[in-house]
Amino acid sequence: MSGEHAPSTPVAADKASLLTPFNIVTGLIVFVGLILTLLRFTKGLAGVTNLSDNNPWGIWISFDLLCGVALAAGGYTTSAACYVFGLKRYHSAVRPAILTAFLGYALVVFALHYDVGRPWRLPYPIFYSPGPTSVLFEVGLCVFLYLNVLFLEWTPSALEWLGLKKWRNVMVKMTLALTIFGVVLSTMHQSSLGALFLIAPSKLHPLWYSSYLPVFFFISSIAAGLSMVIFEGTLSHRYLHDKMDEHYLSAHDQVHLGFGRGAAVVLVIYFFLKLVGLALDNTWHYLLTGYGAMYSLELLGFVALPALLYAVGVREKNLKIIRWAAVLTVLGIVLNRFNVSWFAFNWQLPAAERYFPSWMEVAVSIYIVTVGLLLFRFIATRMPIFHEHPDFKEAEPEEEPHAHETRPHPQSFGH
Amino acid sequence: MEFFTYHDFTMYTKGAAYVLMAVTLLGILGFWLFLTERDEDKLIK
Amino acid sequence: MQRRQFLGLLGATAATAVLGKAAQAGPKHFTGYPDSFGVLFDATRCIGCRRCEAGCNRVNHLPAPPRPFDDLSVLDTRRRTDARTFTVVNRYPTARGPVYRKNQCQHCLEPACASSCFVAAYAKTPQGAVIWDEKVCVGCRYCMIACPFDIPTFEYANPWSPKIMKCHLCHPHLTAGKLRVPGCVGACPTEALVYGRRADLIREARQRFHLFPGRYLDHIYGEHEMGGTNWLYISGVPFSQIGLREDLGVTPAPEFTSGALAAVPIIAAAWPALLLGIYAISQAKDKAARQEKREALTEALARAQAKCEAELAKVKAKAEADKKAAIEREVKKALEEAAKAQAAKEEGE
Repeated sequence: MSGEHAPSTPVAADKASLLTPFNIVTGLIVFVGLILTLLRFTKGLAGVTNLSDNNPWGIWISFDLLCGVALAAGGYTTSAACYVFGLKRYHSAVRPAILTAFLGYALVVFALHYDVGRPWRLPYPIFYSPGPTSVLFEVGLCVFLYLNVLFLEWTPSALEWLGLKKWRNVMVKMTLALTIFGVVLSTMHQSSLGALFLIAPSKLHPLWYSSYLPVFFFISSIAAGLSMVIFEGTLSHRYLHDKMDEHYLSAHDQVHLGFGRGAAVVLVIYFFLKLVGLALDNTWHYLLTGYGAMYSLELLGFVALPALLYAVGVREKNLKIIRWAAVLTVLGIVLNRFNVSWFAFNWQLPAAERYFPSWMEVAVSIYIVTVGLLLFRFIATRMPIFHEHPDFKEAEPEEEPHAHETRPHPQSFGH
Repeated sequence: MEFFTYHDFTMYTKGAAYVLMAVTLLGILGFWLFLTERDEDKLIK
Repeated sequence: MQRRQFLGLLGATAATAVLGKAAQAGPKHFTGYPDSFGVLFDATRCIGCRRCEAGCNRVNHLPAPPRPFDDLSVLDTRRRTDARTFTVVNRYPTARGPVYRKNQCQHCLEPACASSCFVAAYAKTPQGAVIWDEKVCVGCRYCMIACPFDIPTFEYANPWSPKIMKCHLCHPHLTAGKLRVPGCVGACPTEALVYGRRADLIREARQRFHLFPGRYLDHIYGEHEMGGTNWLYISGVPFSQIGLREDLGVTPAPEFTSGALAAVPIIAAAWPALLLGIYAISQAKDKAARQEKREALTEALARAQAKCEAELAKVKAKAEADKKAAIEREVKKALEEAAKAQAAKEEGE
């Protein structure tokens, strides 16, 4: 981490420590990613992927799109908790969550440019030839609109950084409207990602196929969002500690306790609804098959267990347990999205015709995540994300006089 | 207008639903502003 | 309906509303275009000669296959349609010996591909074919996910303009008058393929059931599967034995998603109101709490002030009293002194 021994300017810090292990690894990943990009757009999807006529969607959809969108749900959950439900004590978590969500969605759209055949036509469904009967149309429309909403929600950080006071205040005035619009759009497309698979009941295993699919995807996205805020907060706390102000640090543990409580409730609701899904389609008997073992692992190991861990962690006020529960929940969401779109999809095909990603597909996914990480670090070390800009305090007025005196790195605010 | 397939029917009705959805969102916002216009402390100014 | 027409049709909705003519009743049953055409495939007549594959290849100018069409050894492996092959014939070992079955797009009455396409690149033509429009396709391949028959294929090796490739029932050639029947049908030497009106083909199939007792199973595959298809199959062995799934059901594909799509506007309408309500409640609570705090503060302040004033008054009163007492004392003292002086004066006299 180049930011650790920050001299007077961050730029100088980057230059001084250009050959850190972090930079070497990320540099290598980005280099490989660029080569694969070239390959993708000269040899076509066949040159890079293991996709086939039977398996048209691979890991770029399973991971980059489905997991990417679910794990970026922290944006709408946190901003709703703070601005709509009035839980002001979560205020310090909003900006990191919004930034993560914005970068997450931007990268989802970026990743789609690799996956679709003619990426320059991605605006077509919205602006040229809409197909409103398609669930994918709904997803595309909402992701497009929500990306714009997230951009607008993020602009205050950038405008404070640039010192554009007037514009920043205009944007802050729109906070409530943007938050509500964001929740509406998120509800729609998180659920619609599950609804994508409703059209293929003959291809998705009955344990995962349910008319509740959209509901499952939406509810689990809330748990994913809350858990990602905890997970990321823990990571940022470790690596970007020097960018955090008193206000963020003092609220940090409280945020994790509160979000842990929320996630516990959401996971329990999700667990019981999954059972109702089995009951409605009467698919209990599949639980005793191999796919049933996978389903039980997902439901018991990655939904029930983290729900319990969250509850214990909240009762004992043990942040360590809560952080482990967050990791389990995030892994569980990834497992669920993989199950629906990959492991349990096309289950009727013989094993030889099933999909397994090529190393190049995996490398492109890693490359895209790395780009996201680098962008996050670039922005979080420069803009007021983990701290409040001294000119734009939003903390409660009675705290203000103290906060002013104890701000950590006054020299890093000038840029 | 006559539809022979459910697909064509939904192409038409879902299209109308999307347009109405946009109208609904804007309409609710407008109605809310009208409703709360004379309130002393407004939620959305 | 053709793509990009729905916005135009919205205008028509308004017109219909004004004219007072109901556009469509709600729970209507759709039976497809009445005079659409299809093909009847008879598995008891097919000899697996692959002439249909050759015919299709020829009329559609598809690239030559790695092995020529008269090489029947390809039948030893199971094949599927791909980006250079619109149709394939497979051989299936059954109790009645080898049975051949041709596969291609089934041309659903309610196509899953068309329903799933987010740019409306697909269309169901009144003539029966399900066609695809290259001009708007993004290449998302959701149609391939949606198709229950695994028919649409994709040009994965084409980096810049990959196309979805699938049988179009020779729709362009038939409408241009270049062909009178689809390429595969024209090439079939055994009349295993018959092109005609779908309704007539169903009648024809039933007639064969009647004319040749024991030769066929009493089922026309495609009459109801996935809501019905324009391509129909009859066979002497169960369809699942010749690669046709019998677990697809009869629900047309668009119905699987229309319910979920119908829930979307509910979110758009109800969520903002709900969220604003929650926001208003939380604001009111905050405000009440602040108000309470302020009131308690003023009250405490008032009490303190009152107490202070009372104290002050007491002190003042005491001071007053003291002052008064002091004056009185002084006056008394003065009077006494005066009296003393008087007395002394009187004594001295």
